[in-house]
Amino acid sequence: MKLNTRINGKEYCLEIKPNAMLIDVLRQAGFKGVKFGCGEGSCGACAVMINGRPRNSCITLAGAAEGVEILTVEGLGNPEKPHVLQQAFVDSGSTQCGYCNPGSLIAAKALLDSNPNPTAEDVKDALDGNLCRCTGYVKRIDAVLQAAEASKKTRKSTRGKK
Amino acid sequence: MAKTLKKETSKKAAPAAKVAAAPSISPIPESPLVFERPDKFNQVNHSLTKVDSMGLVCAQQKYVADLDMQGLLHIKVLGSPHAHAVIKSIDVKEAEKIPGVVAVFTYKDVPRVVRTTAGQGFPEPSPYDTCLLDSKVRFVGDRVAVVAAETPEAAAEACTKIKVQYQVLKAVFDPERARDKDAPVIHDEKDCRVPIPIFYDPKHNHCSHVETAVGDVKKGFKQADYVLEKTYYPHYAQHCPIEPHICMAYLDENDRLVLRTSTQVPFHARRITAQTLGIPVKKIRVIKPRIGGGFGTKQEVLLEDVCGLVTLKTRRPCIWALTRAEEFMAARTRHPMVITIQSGVKKNGAITAISMRIISNTGAYGSHALTVLSNCGSKVLPLYRAENIEFIGDTVYTNLPVGGAYRGYGATQAAFAMECQMDEMAEAIGMDPIKFRQLNHIKEGESSPIFKALGEGREGVDMAIGSCGLSKCITEGMKRIDWAKKYGKPGTGSKRRGLGMCCLMQGSSIPEIDMGAVFIKMNEDGSFNMLLGATDLGTGSDTVLAQIAAETIGCKLEEMIVYSSDTDMTPFDVGAYASSTTYLTGGAVINCAKKVREQIEAVAASMMGEDMKNVTIENGVCYGKGRKNKVTFGQVCNYAMYEHKQFQIGAIGSHISHASPPPFSAHFAEVEVDTETGEVKLLKYVAGVDCGTAINPQLADGQTQGACMNGISFALTEEYIFDENGRMLNPNFGNYKIWSTKDMPELETFLVPTYEKTGPYGAKSVSEISINGALPAIGNAIKNAVGVRITRPPFTAEKVLTAMKELVKPAKAAAKEPKAKAGVSKAAKPAKPAVKAEKPAKATAKKATVAGKKKK
Repeated sequence: MKLNTRINGKEYCLEIKPNAMLIDVLRQAGFKGVKFGCGEGSCGACAVMINGRPRNSCITLAGAAEGVEILTVEGLGNPEKPHVLQQAFVDSGSTQCGYCNPGSLIAAKALLDSNPNPTAEDVKDALDGNLCRCTGYVKRIDAVLQAAEASKKTRKSTRGKK
Repeated sequence: MAKTLKKETSKKAAPAAKVAAAPSISPIPESPLVFERPDKFNQVNHSLTKVDSMGLVCAQQKYVADLDMQGLLHIKVLGSPHAHAVIKSIDVKEAEKIPGVVAVFTYKDVPRVVRTTAGQGFPEPSPYDTCLLDSKVRFVGDRVAVVAAETPEAAAEACTKIKVQYQVLKAVFDPERARDKDAPVIHDEKDCRVPIPIFYDPKHNHCSHVETAVGDVKKGFKQADYVLEKTYYPHYAQHCPIEPHICMAYLDENDRLVLRTSTQVPFHARRITAQTLGIPVKKIRVIKPRIGGGFGTKQEVLLEDVCGLVTLKTRRPCIWALTRAEEFMAARTRHPMVITIQSGVKKNGAITAISMRIISNTGAYGSHALTVLSNCGSKVLPLYRAENIEFIGDTVYTNLPVGGAYRGYGATQAAFAMECQMDEMAEAIGMDPIKFRQLNHIKEGESSPIFKALGEGREGVDMAIGSCGLSKCITEGMKRIDWAKKYGKPGTGSKRRGLGMCCLMQGSSIPEIDMGAVFIKMNEDGSFNMLLGATDLGTGSDTVLAQIAAETIGCKLEEMIVYSSDTDMTPFDVGAYASSTTYLTGGAVINCAKKVREQIEAVAASMMGEDMKNVTIENGVCYGKGRKNKVTFGQVCNYAMYEHKQFQIGAIGSHISHASPPPFSAHFAEVEVDTETGEVKLLKYVAGVDCGTAINPQLADGQTQGACMNGISFALTEEYIFDENGRMLNPNFGNYKIWSTKDMPELETFLVPTYEKTGPYGAKSVSEISINGALPAIGNAIKNAVGVRITRPPFTAEKVLTAMKELVKPAKAAAKEPKAKAGVSKAAKPAKPAVKAEKPAKATAKKATVAGKKKK
């Protein structure tokens, strides 16, 4: 069957099997930032944003993504122009093996979109579904708070210019 | 200081080729004993950005599965449903008929080669007891057959169509029963053996034995005012890298087998795969791309043999990715143990004797069986001064999941026992547990006979402690946890608070055994390619080693282009294990970078018409005498490449370590225990670490935080639950709980700088030590809060509540009995550990509450 969907702002028409999982379809389409960790929706490595909300793509049927807007970590930024969250993850030392980073960044992006001024508790709530075995989470929570702070400054300065 | 050529070779070591008399100038390089200390650090000891981090957060870095390959076959391995069985017959005809199935392999289709999957140096100190495929299965999940198919679905379906007739055998699950006369023999095959001359008795499920004694423990116990004995049961655990094991195989343009694999040990993986498949090493290339965490489980060479087999037989590329359930059941685990400690202590706080007896459960195969066991002694016993020490360890086979290397590597298990015992001793003599440790812990300049007594399958290496920041870790940690104010004040009401702490040590590399090598070449813009055999599996070793190189050569980190771990491209390195990379390969980087720097100085001197000894280097620029002349690195390289006496500026450097200096650490936990439910809430956790010079403090801190969290979740929630047939019932993150952000306590970590002169720029290891702290620190905090000593972790609500209920019962009964009976065996007796010797202490704390016997 055909799947019509928007991924990172671009229209895609993908040939899929009816029982295909979104994680496999996205990876086959080249979005390797979507990682396999558990296959049952409990580690968050495969998280992508669907219509603005973080979803584990390993337990999402690809067919359910018909007509939706998907954001993967590739759509967030690149080394030349990283997203403020990606830069914060780098600066704070939140990256060790990095395998859980794409999913965590998506969860963090979803948080900041809905709550630009999160507390540390808000960050812990939002990232709880993204397991990390390397870092102990401390630096990652700092990173999201730093990114929120940096975004605020950017917003203020752009408002100031207007 | 140069090391003399004389090097001790152990009698027990494997026979080496006869060495000819060394010529006066040997082409064999000498590894320095100590490294020079610079006046100041420019690149190391700075928290510079991890070299691969931007690529990782933008998903540009590629892991094993991120390479698209045409015609890729998918592998599925049929796992055994039985813990112990012989395959009477196996029929794959129906499986082969499934559309898309390309090949099915059973033990009948592969040559029988016994070897170990442990991924250690050669010859390995682990038994050769594992085959690619065997006619016998020894644990639930053991390999039965391999299917390769066009799709994962076809491979999975084919596995269900393989008809296997098993003759189910009696299984043994209790490590304390594994050597009984009527226990089934798990390795009854004739060809299992150990490749080095060490104890091995598979006919009695007895995989390894280590025994050493210093002084006379019997005498020591006689000198003691109190002799205490307790048995501790550190439990099974899995590493849970978020990327499960994965390997891809293909044939390259020269028909060589390429293995792109999630390994910590690319060179060992190449050697062991060649051995298993019966092909020469030269036919194999192992590539380690980015790895999604390992923590020891990816030291195991687990997938490469099967992938190699499929690709060689089908001539097609293939991939095998473990599912999470397979990762839990059929990858590797932390060896669970039964550890009995008997210790003698005087009222003044002197430890007169320590006896540590261990039964380690290696499961169905003996991977790391001996070395994890030895490490229990060698990384724990030297921490405290005691004249009389005895260590007797046995590893046994059972029909349970296989043990392996896991961060901490035995020290985790033994530190739990030892550090709980330290609190018990302190309590017996009525001394503050911190004061008791401060009185006894090893200090700079001191040594321990254990260093020499316990090596890895052979004698260890004697050494004195060159750097020890433990005292500072303790005092600073006490402040941060507010020990003086909070200790011993559980409060009233249903929720009681408690503090606990522990001290730790580990090692840095395996001395006189491990080797790492590095190659550096210069480019015409003044940058350098650094090719490393060392394996960055997320630890940041690429960055740390590049910082060391930049420091030595005299340039910025940005000028180092790092490429690590590809057996065709990079020089040898043992790989990422034994807390070795920074300490060991860091030494190789210095040895290599010094040669490169000398070449740069020589070319610069010639360009400037200066004497080489007057050339100084700063930030990529060479200066002549009085800084009148200067040439940039780029100019130097261009000159060497194109202008005069052309040559490639570059060098190779190796290093072996001559010592294994311990990092030290003190951990502190504050808990709140709900006396109505038994639930333990970890409020705050503090860890201070002395890792010598932190080459990259931010990364060292990250290692510490990650290790602490792993240890904490191991202590409180992680648990293997088996049914009566040895099948793990909870092989998923839903039921095997590893901690996430909402579970976090307040976590504070700090580094205590010292300078270890045998390490590169003063560095020691940092990655493993901090996983060892949570079990004892939290265990001691629970004891402090509610008076119960839990010896069978994890510390679940159920166990705490049960222990608290039992505490009330015997406390009442004990009031009627004479005190001397409170649970101690005589000093000389315990040939077999007192198995269920969990005698609860009294609730009232402070006064002689421990199961101890006052002797004088």
